[in-house]
Amino acid sequence: MASDTLVEIKDLNFSYGERSVLKGINMTMPRGKVIAIMGGSGSGKTTLLRLIGGAMRPSSGYVKVAGQVVHELSRNELFRMRRKMSMLFQFGALFTDLSVFDNVAFQMREHTDLPEPMIRDLVLMKLQAVGLRGAQGLMPAQLSGGMARRVALARSIALDPLLIMYDEPFTGLDPISLTVIGNLIRRLTDALGMTSVVVTHDVQESLKIVDYVYFIADGVIAAHGTPPEVRDSVAPFVHQFVHGEEDGPVSFHYPAPAYASDLQLEGSFA
Amino acid sequence: MQRATMDLWVGVFVMAGIGALLVLALKVGNMGTYSAADSYTLIGNFENIGGLKVRAPVKSAGVVVGRVADIQFSTETFDALVTMSIDSRYKFPKDTFASILTSGLIGEQYIGLAAGGDDAVLKGGDKIMKTNSAMVLEELIGRFLFDKASENKSSDTDLSGTSGKK
Amino acid sequence: MPSRIVAGIRGIGHRVVDSVWRLGYASRFFMLTLLKSGTSLRRFGLIIREVYFTGVLSLIIIIVSGLFVGMVLGLQGYETLQKYGAESAVGTMVALSLVRELGPVVAALLFASRAGSAITAEIGLMKATEQLAAMEMMAVDPIARVVAPRFWAGVISMPFLAAMFSAVGVFGGYMVAVVLIGVDEGSFWSQMQGAVDFRYDIVNGIIKTCVFGVAVTAIAVFEGYDASPTAEGVSGATTRTVVTSSLAILGLDFILTSFMFRGMS
Repeated sequence: MASDTLVEIKDLNFSYGERSVLKGINMTMPRGKVIAIMGGSGSGKTTLLRLIGGAMRPSSGYVKVAGQVVHELSRNELFRMRRKMSMLFQFGALFTDLSVFDNVAFQMREHTDLPEPMIRDLVLMKLQAVGLRGAQGLMPAQLSGGMARRVALARSIALDPLLIMYDEPFTGLDPISLTVIGNLIRRLTDALGMTSVVVTHDVQESLKIVDYVYFIADGVIAAHGTPPEVRDSVAPFVHQFVHGEEDGPVSFHYPAPAYASDLQLEGSFA
Repeated sequence: MQRATMDLWVGVFVMAGIGALLVLALKVGNMGTYSAADSYTLIGNFENIGGLKVRAPVKSAGVVVGRVADIQFSTETFDALVTMSIDSRYKFPKDTFASILTSGLIGEQYIGLAAGGDDAVLKGGDKIMKTNSAMVLEELIGRFLFDKASENKSSDTDLSGTSGKK
Repeated sequence: MPSRIVAGIRGIGHRVVDSVWRLGYASRFFMLTLLKSGTSLRRFGLIIREVYFTGVLSLIIIIVSGLFVGMVLGLQGYETLQKYGAESAVGTMVALSLVRELGPVVAALLFASRAGSAITAEIGLMKATEQLAAMEMMAVDPIARVVAPRFWAGVISMPFLAAMFSAVGVFGGYMVAVVLIGVDEGSFWSQMQGAVDFRYDIVNGIIKTCVFGVAVTAIAVFEGYDASPTAEGVSGATTRTVVTSSLAILGLDFILTSFMFRGMS
């Protein structure tokens, strides 16, 4: 069982100063699966990704990736581990001063001594996988949002990582690009035997492609399960989230004193 | 931007920069005419150096042969101790005369070397025995007024003499 | 009333602590940049690329400004010196002003506003669009890969730019004084060569430009790296780069000049 688990999160707490963002998170992410982490804006999803990637230190608890506790690694060990994981940022975060080809080749050139012809072959293979081999000479500024996301995807699989984290991969995409990216995530995960962690609030699209879903609300795991379980869930929070209802456990109104008293209407009635 | 074009431009940039440095060194500066590498030092005591500065030229027959390297006040002889760095191409006899001169009426001050007739030449670290101080304008004017006054006095007596004859 | 005084004192204290903290943070960043320069010095292509952006693209403004500054110096110098019948010294005046002061200082000010602001904006934008975070996640150190090459490119470009500024400026002075006004060409050059000393004037000028180059690019890369990752953050950082480095140039110039030309004519 242990060898099947790539990421293990145990009693994870994190706070910015006084404000507690994550409270006692426990998760296991098996190899070769696509796992979605869902939750409203500001629920700590992105923070969770940063903790897995070692960009932040937890207040207590730990994140284990491939058997190593991330926050206990030295900087060099952390950098060695990061060669096995990669992250797709919200808007791709392509290097604007490099061409599409050079973006995908970036890690190969930084971390390996591969000869240039071999790098060329590998880059073209990665670009072919996302269907953008023809765009190799373009600069990031010339790409549409969906294409930029696909190039970023090609770049993140450049060194065949064990784990890819996606930070809101569906934000700001048209329906076609959205389906393309979703299917690519599924297909690449299966083809390369990676593990994918998708942080998103796009419920319908991600339910189509993922194997397992965690819901985070107010820093705790509110619910989890497979997509069919989630769809049929009667838990009020999950139901509200999946079906996008306005009112429910997550209230439309930010906590406030009673409306009438705030408008100082009570006195006039008295 | 192609890599090769960029390299070309950077190459041109670096060449132009080095070219500009060479122009500054050779055309604007004095590196072409005077190098401090091959030089020897001479020392001279001057009663008064006037406005002489470090790096002022040392000239002989109007040709720059060196620079003033250092100026100190000597507490033994209570005068100025001037160290000159002289181009080693030029040798001067032992009885060379060093005087502090002014280029033009109010120009820069420099040291003029007038060669003597001795067969032995000055070597590095030698002292020039015969020196002449700077002309200080106030002293010059004072002397001029004094001369004028005494001249007038003598001409007065002359006049009185002639008048007496008349 | 006393509470307002306390608040005022607290405000002063807060500002002092803040700026000391920031200075320490900037120094630490500067040391890290130097320590992590190995990669960029080994892969010199990275620096060459940045020399193109900082140096070559600053050429036009440097050359045009140098020409005009030299021409104005020639005109003004002639106007003043001819009153004393010393118009042949106009070459000396132009060359000494340029080599000692105007070349290094004006070139550095132009460099700060042309290349320094561009460096800050570029690094700040890379931060705002998460490119630096992405690089970090790819196990590539952004200080080694992004900051250090830009820093060294600036340090390399600055002396060349200042030398070109001075050389072009002397040429501008020559154009005005000799070609337009008709000062004797021979005495123009010979007086200049007699007065400008290689060691004391030119080398000191080059030392100044090197110091300015380090100061301007260090400020520029720090402000970019430290910018808050928003559009306002980046534009604010760009302004701070120009203001801070201009002040640094003028302040350093005074300090360096007082050390270099002490007791000299």
